[in-house]
Amino acid sequence: MDIVIIGLLLGGTYALIAMGLNLQYGVARIMNLANGEMLVAGGFTAFWFYTAGNISPLLTIFIVAPVAFAANWLIYRIMLEPLVRRAKSRGQLEVDSILATFGMSFIAVGLMLAFFGGDYFNYSFLAVPVTIMGDTYAQNRVVAFLAAVVICAILYAWITYSRTGLSLRAIAVSPESARLAGINVRQRAAIAFALGGAITAVGGALISSFLTLDASAGVAFTLKALIIVIMGGVGDVRGTIIAALLLGVVETLVASLIDPGLTLAAAYTLFILVLLFRPQGLFGRKPT
Amino acid sequence: MIAGKELQGVIVATILLLIAGALPYYGSDYLLSLGITIAMFTVLATSWALFSGPTHYISLATAAFFGLGTYTAGLGIETLPFWVLIGLAGVLGAGLAALVGLATLRLSGVYFVIFTLGLAELVRQVITWGQNMTGQKGLYVLTDFTEANLYQMLVALGAAVFLVGWLINRSRLGFALRIIGDDETVAAHSGINTALAKVLLFMVSGAVAAMTGAILAPRYVYIEPALAFTPLLSFQVVIMALLGGVHRLWGPIVGVIPFTIILETISANFPNQVTLFIGIVFLVIVYFIPRGFAGLIEQMRDWSRSREGLT
Repeated sequence: MDIVIIGLLLGGTYALIAMGLNLQYGVARIMNLANGEMLVAGGFTAFWFYTAGNISPLLTIFIVAPVAFAANWLIYRIMLEPLVRRAKSRGQLEVDSILATFGMSFIAVGLMLAFFGGDYFNYSFLAVPVTIMGDTYAQNRVVAFLAAVVICAILYAWITYSRTGLSLRAIAVSPESARLAGINVRQRAAIAFALGGAITAVGGALISSFLTLDASAGVAFTLKALIIVIMGGVGDVRGTIIAALLLGVVETLVASLIDPGLTLAAAYTLFILVLLFRPQGLFGRKPT
Repeated sequence: MIAGKELQGVIVATILLLIAGALPYYGSDYLLSLGITIAMFTVLATSWALFSGPTHYISLATAAFFGLGTYTAGLGIETLPFWVLIGLAGVLGAGLAALVGLATLRLSGVYFVIFTLGLAELVRQVITWGQNMTGQKGLYVLTDFTEANLYQMLVALGAAVFLVGWLINRSRLGFALRIIGDDETVAAHSGINTALAKVLLFMVSGAVAAMTGAILAPRYVYIEPALAFTPLLSFQVVIMALLGGVHRLWGPIVGVIPFTIILETISANFPNQVTLFIGIVFLVIVYFIPRGFAGLIEQMRDWSRSREGLT
């Protein structure tokens, strides 16, 4: 039972990261493989603020979010929009954006290595036990989970009920028709990409409070986020959350019952099952 | 039938191959060692481009196949002759490629990229776990092969890859793949079994990468999962192939040679800047030379021809 709860706590932060990627891929149509590096950068910032100024990661996210938003907006406008414009088909955009974001991810890793070195970093934030239903858990995990839940809820409400959220969903379904309905697709895609990056960076700041990261840890998170997005269905917020919780639980089960070295193998097993049986995602409809 | 122009190409290729194959007889030890790296990446990048060039499916599984081959050689070196192991590695590589291909190549390209991205890490985790279970650490591969032997095996494999690539380009399968790359829906409508064609070619590419891994196993002497399954290898292969140009059979080698030499220089002098360098080259390819050096060369040739035509 406590394994399941630890898994759910982990899954909550995964959900946040995957939501970020889902916005970037589902709405802005950019398969962003540098997503994990944005996460690590968020984690670095939280680490730096905590060790240098003793500022809680829960406050740092209010700095991380706008900075990451601006940075991702610029990345989209300067680096990715030319690719969107030049692409003749969705397939070509995918190939180009995959290669370009690989490049960015390598550059980001290179820069972080140059500035922070290759060491692992972690800090001790709220490392006190808290009791839930008779079992004890680290308080930092619980707090990170709650923060992730709050952010997910706000995001979900915003996407579901606001006018901008509506236009984002319209673009996710069909960019061409969204344009006909008077939605400024380019501008909204940039916003979706920037927002996705900001959410991922916030997720990174939260994750850094209970996981050890290093400059090259990003790719593992990118992979997990991708698997979650595909499991949950591209553009499907509800599916993403459930897939993230599922992945968190399965990973924790495998790590504690079989071997901690097999977490990726666990994620892959889920991934293969989804690809074989429900390639459209857990709740996705079959394409017509 | 082989037309005059193609015959010319075949003769030039054979001469270049003989010059490359004879490197151990005139080159220094340093050149030979560089030659092995170049030959290894030429084989890997060319076989990668056989599949990814026409289909535009970016495979990041090279490291997985390569490591599989290395481990095949490492596990069997005491019981089976080396030639058999290379063949066996090829069969296993093709098998793994078939499994991955059947699971992902029916779907869109993104699934394939994501799946291959983690494949090397996945196999590494499983092997590490297996070793922990059995209490075994790494493997020793002790043979009498010299660097020159390994180099010539790689050159021979490279020649085979070029021959296979040339034959595929002329065959119905190559034609089918080019149609798939242009427009998969059209390909499916004209009666091409798109999934089968893609899986077949991916198997060729996987088999070659595994055989390369097997050939290089004796060079490592001691192999362990982290060494055999370096994820960076997959990226290096992708970048070299794209830098050279994947729409021509001779494209990747034009990328492999300069990239290997520059990368060797950088990793010798600034080992921490290697990732940064790779990232910058990725961006240069995407934004400035999407058709690689081969595209640039062809462009210049057309340009000089059109100038000749004007005067």
